[in-house]
Amino acid sequence: MINVLEIQAPTVEWLPLLPLLLVFGGAVVGVLIEAFAPRGTRYVAQTVLSLLVLGGAAASVLSQMPNLEPQMVAMGLLSLDGPTLVFWLLLLLFGIGGVALFAERGAGDGQSAFVASASAVPGSPVEREAVRLRREHTEVFPLLLFSMLGMMLFASATELITLFVALEVMSLPLYLLSAMGRRRRLLSQEAGLKYFLLGSLASGFFLYGIAMLYGYSGGLTLTAIAETLNAGQGSYPLLLLGLGLLAVGLLFKVGAVPFHSWVPDVYMGAPTPVTGFMAAATKTAAVAALLRVFYVALGGAAWDWQPLFAIIAIISMGLGAVIAILQDDLKRLLGYSAITHAGFILVGVVGAVEAGEGVTFSSVGSVAFYLLTYGLATLGAFGLLMTVRRAGGEANGIAAWRGLGKSNPVVAGVMTLFFLSFAGIPLTAGFVGKLAVFSSAFQGGYGWLVLVAVILSVVAAYFYLKVVVAMWFQDPEEGSETVVATPSLWVWVTVLVAALSTVILGLLPGGMIELMNNFSGFIR
Amino acid sequence: MLLTILALVPIVGALIVALLKGETAKLVAMGVALTTLVLGVTAVAMSLSGAALAITVPWIRPIGAYYALSMSPMDAILVLLTVGLMPVVMLAEWKLGERWSVRGSTGGFFALALLMQGLALFVFLASDLLLFYLAFEATLIPVYFMIGRYGIDQARTRAAIKFLIYSLAGGLVLLVGIVGLYAIAAQQGQVSLLIGDLAGLDLNNTTGHLLFLCVLFAFAVKAPLVGVHTWLPDTAQSASPGTSTLLVGILDKIGTFGLIKIALVIFPDSMRWAAPVIVVWAVVSMIYGALMAFNSKHLLRLISYTSISHFGFMVFGIFALTTQSMTATIFYMLNHGLSTAAMFLTAGFLIARRGTADINAFGGVQKVAPILAGFFLISGLSALALPGMSTFVSEFLVMAGSFQRYPIHTAVIVIGMVLSAVYVLRMYKTTMTGPVTPQVEEHVSKDLSLREKAAVFPLIVIMLVLGFFPKPALDFIEESSTGFLSVAGVTDPTPQLKEGGR
Repeated sequence: MINVLEIQAPTVEWLPLLPLLLVFGGAVVGVLIEAFAPRGTRYVAQTVLSLLVLGGAAASVLSQMPNLEPQMVAMGLLSLDGPTLVFWLLLLLFGIGGVALFAERGAGDGQSAFVASASAVPGSPVEREAVRLRREHTEVFPLLLFSMLGMMLFASATELITLFVALEVMSLPLYLLSAMGRRRRLLSQEAGLKYFLLGSLASGFFLYGIAMLYGYSGGLTLTAIAETLNAGQGSYPLLLLGLGLLAVGLLFKVGAVPFHSWVPDVYMGAPTPVTGFMAAATKTAAVAALLRVFYVALGGAAWDWQPLFAIIAIISMGLGAVIAILQDDLKRLLGYSAITHAGFILVGVVGAVEAGEGVTFSSVGSVAFYLLTYGLATLGAFGLLMTVRRAGGEANGIAAWRGLGKSNPVVAGVMTLFFLSFAGIPLTAGFVGKLAVFSSAFQGGYGWLVLVAVILSVVAAYFYLKVVVAMWFQDPEEGSETVVATPSLWVWVTVLVAALSTVILGLLPGGMIELMNNFSGFIR
Repeated sequence: MLLTILALVPIVGALIVALLKGETAKLVAMGVALTTLVLGVTAVAMSLSGAALAITVPWIRPIGAYYALSMSPMDAILVLLTVGLMPVVMLAEWKLGERWSVRGSTGGFFALALLMQGLALFVFLASDLLLFYLAFEATLIPVYFMIGRYGIDQARTRAAIKFLIYSLAGGLVLLVGIVGLYAIAAQQGQVSLLIGDLAGLDLNNTTGHLLFLCVLFAFAVKAPLVGVHTWLPDTAQSASPGTSTLLVGILDKIGTFGLIKIALVIFPDSMRWAAPVIVVWAVVSMIYGALMAFNSKHLLRLISYTSISHFGFMVFGIFALTTQSMTATIFYMLNHGLSTAAMFLTAGFLIARRGTADINAFGGVQKVAPILAGFFLISGLSALALPGMSTFVSEFLVMAGSFQRYPIHTAVIVIGMVLSAVYVLRMYKTTMTGPVTPQVEEHVSKDLSLREKAAVFPLIVIMLVLGFFPKPALDFIEESSTGFLSVAGVTDPTPQLKEGGR
């Protein structure tokens, strides 16, 4: 019998948690808008609301950065430390980019990339009617916000159940969004279903891992596990099982081999704006959680998981790069590229170097920097994918991009910039990202892994070049109808910001590296 | 400041040229190239008169990277080569855009060439390792487009990719070396990527040797040594002769340049440690290049194999580690640039007329186009290092300098020199002499135009002048090579005179 009087009221630090609350509040208001606002006003209301809350949250994060005192908040369930703020900022940035891509209607003859009526059977009269009435699902904006909330929680949670809840909050809206493509609806629905089923399986592993670690340490907080580990107590097999199963769940979200099979299908099937948002933001959130769990809770067992991650990094980089060579659909190619990048990120994770004397590239700082460069190029590339179209919608086949360098040098040029950044060619941000993760791995004593990563990044460069070759060195297909649609301001601004940042971070990365490094210490 | 302007003028010029069209673009590009030439010569003259041109500004503070440019005599030689070859190449490729296989305008080609030139100048002037590396890797992009978009045969896309993949592989392995150096510098408590500062690191250990091997690999791909050379013949075959000139004449010099400026200065111990093996590699490379050139049926492939042979020569000169061989090698970099340019460009004129590069498709050209044949002969003679040509001076001095240390290797190299005489003269004989074939009669109807003559003539003059009066240039360079060798702590072997026979 619980004595009601003994339950204490939870304490919540409202101001530090403002970013989370803003996003959550925005999502709830978004749902209310769907319920009560007239259909015609929803699009404007939703975009404005989403941008406002995301921008406000980002401002709140920025205002907390100058005099940050790392602390546990929300009854010790969440942490507010350097990495939390940095990853929140990255997520919010990608979220804003995502909203911009979601809101794009100019590229597709005034229609968004989302289905007119998600519940209508593809090809049915109901659907045709919805299309004729120019219906659209503005629910995608609150869904994005809910997902964003989950991601932010995921990046800061210090307790395993909270982490699990965050995982689900972040994933469920994404499953839905993936299935809402306007074109090739069956493919999109299949992608959503596949993502959902495999995602649930991974969540199961994750939960099982939590149970094992609870069994190992008798606690659910990361600190409790770290204490048990450092004291050398607990059953070692339970620890290894828990560590492994937790890694499965996290690596699934990161998209590393062998938990990658969903990536190409979902990337290809999901509506392009969703893919862009998901590719940039999900990876960031998952890596943030991975870093926190393995550095804070399982740091004492580093010798157990470092070789594991090193191997996974190698097969992710290798497999992703090799299979990507064979792809002829750009979204699929970017899917395999995402797997490769998951590998490169893990190279940064393996080193486990903490900031300190003589360390410029702490592992957390370099991985965050890498995610920033990768996310920017990803958002930009998917934004451009939306503009190059054919009669049936986006032209995602590489063949359709042939000769684009001649017909539209600007789009081809900017796309080339993003691809060079993906490939890590100097003077782009991607190069500095690679330099950062390689340096941290080297300092962590994994010089050999850096050598392997370097060789595999040459393989990876090959498939990026394939697209560059198609755009610049080949003639358009016979009777090709590829046109570059004039998108609205949304896509232009996103692409422009991404391109400029890619160049600037490639030339003058010093300040950003320093910032990420200064905010790389986890609270323990 | 002058050095920054020197390197930025072509880059900014490239952007402007890219926005222009037709003849205007070409003329503006030529204007930019000539301005750069004037600036380059001014900068070298000023540094000769002792003006302080070096600049060092913090760039990426956390990793100790500086925006640092300076100009040693070796840098000056390569700067001169880089600014000098550009107008020549432009003149020679003035009508590139009219070729059937080319996918862009001549103006576009010039823009890429200028971009490459600016980045190459950054490479040669950089005194910070990261700046060097960034510019080094960035040069690949314009060259990649120059090969892929302006190549002259069907295989150009493949050639462009092969070029980029090989160069990226080399470059990224170099990155491992840089990351490693940075980690060691951070460990030893001195975070700076200035080459001069890195020279102070203690690297005489296994890690040092391994990092050296990374650096060596990158430069061996660039100045192709046998085994990692296959990209060069394929590239030369498909790229336009102008591209090949810039690539082999200027960019591949980064390999030999880097071996001296980076490898020797930062890893002197490893350099001595590896030298006995590398000299053998270099000699094999030289002989192999000569033999392959002997076998080639394709004019441009042949020329590229001669370059592989000559790069073997240069690498040998570097690793012999004597003042004389080092001076001669640096001088050779200049001469090889001039000689290859003359070879590639005249061969290009020939191929443009005949429409094929197959050596056996020619015959008797001398009778229909005597001036073309004459230029071809002279550039060929410079490649085989005929006395009187500047290449002779450098080859002779490399051998003279290295004989003390490696007499047997030097003897083998002489065989390579004989081979080079054979392949050059055989190529000349097949293509130029003999009866005029009907196809040659039909296609090679015009001798060199004024533009074509104006492009190659200066190269030949400079080669002859430097061939007869090498002293000023050699004195100028020697300052550099003694400097490098003293940093590396290497002393020349003292001549030993045997007293026997009395």
